[in-house]
This record gives sequence, C-alpha cells and structure tokens, in this order.
Amino acid sequence: MSATGKPRSVDRRRFLMDTARMAGGCAVAGTLLAYLARDARALPAEALRPPGALPESDFLSACIRCGLCVRDCPYDTLKLAELGEDGPATGTPYFTARTVPCEMCDDIPCVEACPTGALDPGLKNIDDARMGTAVLVDQENCLNFLGLRCDVCYRVCPVIDEAITLEPSHNTRSGHHAIFSPTVHADHCTGCGVCERSCVLPDAAIKVLPTRLARGSSAEHYLKGWEEKERKGAPVVEGIIDLPDRMPEMPGVGSEVPAFEPAFKLPGGGQ
Amino acid sequence: MSAKTRLPVGLEAIQHKGWINAHRFLLLRRLSQAFFLLLFLLGPWFGIWWVVGTLAGSRTFEVLPLTDPLVLAQSIVAGHLPEVTALIGAVIVLAVYAVIGGRVYCSWVCPINPITDAAHWLHERLGLQKGWQPKRMTRFWILGTVLLVSAITGTVAWELINPITMLHRGLIFGMGFVWALVVAIFLFDLVVSRRGWCSHICPVGAFYSLVGTKSVLRVSAVNRVDCDDCMDCYAVCPENHVISPALKGKDGETPLILSPDCTNCGRCIDVCSVDVFAFTHRYDNRAKKTVSTAVDAATEQAA
Repeated sequence: MSATGKPRSVDRRRFLMDTARMAGGCAVAGTLLAYLARDARALPAEALRPPGALPESDFLSACIRCGLCVRDCPYDTLKLAELGEDGPATGTPYFTARTVPCEMCDDIPCVEACPTGALDPGLKNIDDARMGTAVLVDQENCLNFLGLRCDVCYRVCPVIDEAITLEPSHNTRSGHHAIFSPTVHADHCTGCGVCERSCVLPDAAIKVLPTRLARGSSAEHYLKGWEEKERKGAPVVEGIIDLPDRMPEMPGVGSEVPAFEPAFKLPGGGQ
Repeated sequence: MSAKTRLPVGLEAIQHKGWINAHRFLLLRRLSQAFFLLLFLLGPWFGIWWVVGTLAGSRTFEVLPLTDPLVLAQSIVAGHLPEVTALIGAVIVLAVYAVIGGRVYCSWVCPINPITDAAHWLHERLGLQKGWQPKRMTRFWILGTVLLVSAITGTVAWELINPITMLHRGLIFGMGFVWALVVAIFLFDLVVSRRGWCSHICPVGAFYSLVGTKSVLRVSAVNRVDCDDCMDCYAVCPENHVISPALKGKDGETPLILSPDCTNCGRCIDVCSVDVFAFTHRYDNRAKKTVSTAVDAATEQAA
C-alpha cells in the first residue's frame, strides 16, 4: 500500500496470497502423491510382469492400466493389481507363476494388445522374453537333490534342455547312486514360471524371481581362460611360461642356496 | 428475487411440463452413464466383447482404439513415448470432446458422477452447510501438480489415486479396496465440501474443460427474456457460475453459456418451467427479444 493512502495493490496482494496458498497446498498434495508413486515402484518378488514388459521404472511410466493385455491373454494368466490387495502398482498387469504361469504363446497376444508399448512390440520371439529367472531355491527339499528322479520342472520346461538341464553327480549319501540336479541356465530361461507351477512340493523348490533378485553379474573385465582358449583355438599364451626362481639373498652365502637339510630324520627313513 | 424462488426446486417445471419432460436430460444422462458402463461390462458379464479394456484405454470392435488423453499425457511427461495405437486413441477422444464439450465426459460418461450427484442430493435433503469451497482455480493447480509429479517420479501419477479409472477398472476387473475410495468421495461431497470433488478438485474435469474450451455444442439461454428469476437453474447447476453471463447478459451480449466449466448436463433445460435454455451450437447467438405470451399469462395467473 502506498503512502498516499490509496490501497492500489489489494488485488495484487490477494493474488499473491491466493497463489501462495495454492502453491503450498499443491506442494503438500504433490509430495504425498510422489510418495505414493515411489512406494508403487516396489514390485513384490512373486509378481511377474507380462512378456516384453519394459524395465520396471520405464514400465510404470508407460503402462496406462487399460487391461487390454489381461483380456487378450488366452490362459487368464495376467491379472490387474487391485487396490490394497495385490502388491504391484494398482491397475498394472502381473502374474503369479505358482498360480497360473505364462504359457508362452507364439503370437504373444498380450504384447500385441498393448497400445502404449509398455509391453515392447519389439519382442517377436517368445523365447526371447525375460519375465524373470527360475532359481532352484531349496536344494534341501528338492526331490532330485534328495536322489529321486522327480524331474518334473525339467520335463515341463518349454525350453527343455536349454533353460533347465539335469546335471548328474555322485550321490555321496547312498554311495552308489546318481543325483540329477535340475540346473537353470539363465541365458535361456524366459521366466514363464511353468517349472514353479509344476513343482510337486507343497511349496515350490524352484521359483521364478525377478532377474535383479535371481542373478549376480560378472565384472566386465573378467575373461574365462577356457573360453578364450576355445576362441583362439590354441593356448592363450604360447609356450610354457617359466618364471625365474627367486630366492631371498642370505648374508655370507650370496644367492647360492644351500641344499635342503631336514631338521631330523625318522629312524629307518634313510634311502 | 421473485416469489417463485421460494418454491421447491423444479416444482413448477414438473407442473408445466410433466415429470418426464422436467427430468428429460437427467434421465438421458443416467442412461448414457449406464450405457457406457454397460458397454465395458458386456464382455466380463455376458461374454460379448464389443468393447475391451477400460476408460483409460480400450478397443472397440477390434479396430477402434480409444485412450484417455490425460493418462497418456502423464505417461508422456513421465518420459515414455507411446506407440501409435495409443496416440491415435487419444487424438480421437480429444477430437470428439473438443466438439461436444470436454466436460460432457464428466456429466455423461464418468462413473463417479452418479456418486457425487447422490451425495449432492442427500446434501440438499439434509440441508447441510456448503462447507469448504475451494477456489475455482484449484483443480487447474491440481492438474499442474499431477503432471509435475508424473514428470518428477516418472510414473503415471494420478492413476495411483484416480477414483474414476479405479472405480471403472474395479467394476470390470475386480474392486479391491476401491469401494473405500468411493465412500470417501461420497462423504467428502456430503459433509466436507458441497459439490467438492467434481466441481472443485478433480483434475480430470479440469483437463476436459480445457479440451472443450472452444467446443461447438453449447447450452444457450436463448429465451432469457422469459426468465422469472425462480433460481432453479442455479440450484441444480453443478457449476452455477457459468449461468449468469448468459442468462443475465444485456442485449447484444451472447446468450450462450461459453464457460468451459459447463458440463453440458442439460439439467438447467429440464428444470426451467419457461424453457429459457436449449442446446445449440456456439455460432448461434440468437436471443429472443420479446416475452412469450404463454409466460405472460402464466405470470398473471400466478399474480
């Protein structure tokens, strides 16, 4: 207000006041919303995204929660997360392998149905899908590890002999049997969950986990000697490496090493 | 203020036009809301998959894609470039609402509208205070906040709480705890803020009002000379600030309700006993100049 007494800035003051209040209110509401959004990013381990789903953070920006993928799934594998009941962000599609696994349709109808590309249309071969990675999480209860020939997870695997193989080893308990350990090869596992669904135990010994939980990673600079050798077709380093022998120098003796003398000799141990 | 102001809202219209005509657009609107919901429910309930999906995104007769443009806008500011299908769907929706009025979505399609209308009905029956009335700009601020939060968090933020798509999805795919959200909105409108959600808070309504800023379909107070100041239109209108400029405009000022806040619900047309209002297009600036003889007679009769 100016000194001349005319309240020329009442409108401006009100405007600034209203704006400040709005901005304040929106900041509070926005923070709460952002908190919710951050919370929604934590996808539970047992919830798997459909084939071709973008990495979770990208998926949450791309999925409009329309449910078309769910409708076009011929096996009723996919579900939309319900508010307050299911773990994934409300309205987003997921499946639980132990309940209904992905049947890996050749034409991938769920990806076809997605209008936004949250399920990547670049996925043309279902064998390239990576919904998660199967892990034999419980060797203590797995029947094969106990020495039986259950083999169910191996037999049902849609990528049998590539994603899961049976690796024989000696059964040290019985001493004269073999153990056929179901072994997952992550490079081929699509994470469809048929193995987990089929495990005969009350709780599956093999489970599909999100790959971030299922796997470690190898450092970029690691080389495997045997692979390098195979690639080269010859030993990586030619010839025998014979590093020079070095011994500590001893005072008075120089670098000459005295012959080995045992501290004592066993009786009758002479040559 | 005329003596008619004190009569119950809509009573004269019922007396003059009959109950059906005095509720024509209300009934049509409820039918429309039920129709659009039923379209989506035909599949899950009866196995007739004409329309698949939800209001957020759908596919009709296997060819027509429709996408909620606000949901898609959030997705885009969150950093995702959508596939063409979703973009086409959003453009179609935008084009339609740009012509018929953005907030036609609010009054003729949105599944939350019957709930807030019910809350308002009960609010009036109980004669409750209007309570907290946020400023008109509030919903636009919220719309901005929603887009900002989407951009910052990289998620479709409003979909985490949007009661419209949640209720719709709930009815079609499974409710979860969505009913609690619906009850919360009902109570909010009933006891906290009269017409609070749809007319003051909802950023979806704000978005669609922007979409319909230049819409062709409009309500006009074409017979405003006949107005007997009964105030019934103000009583039923969910955005009643839109009425005055048209109804009380001087000669030469347009009788069209041009505010994008108008939801084109048509309730003012229903409730007016002297038929002041009518649907028309935004280039129809005609306003009747002389008082109808029928109205004159009626007024004299009343006097």
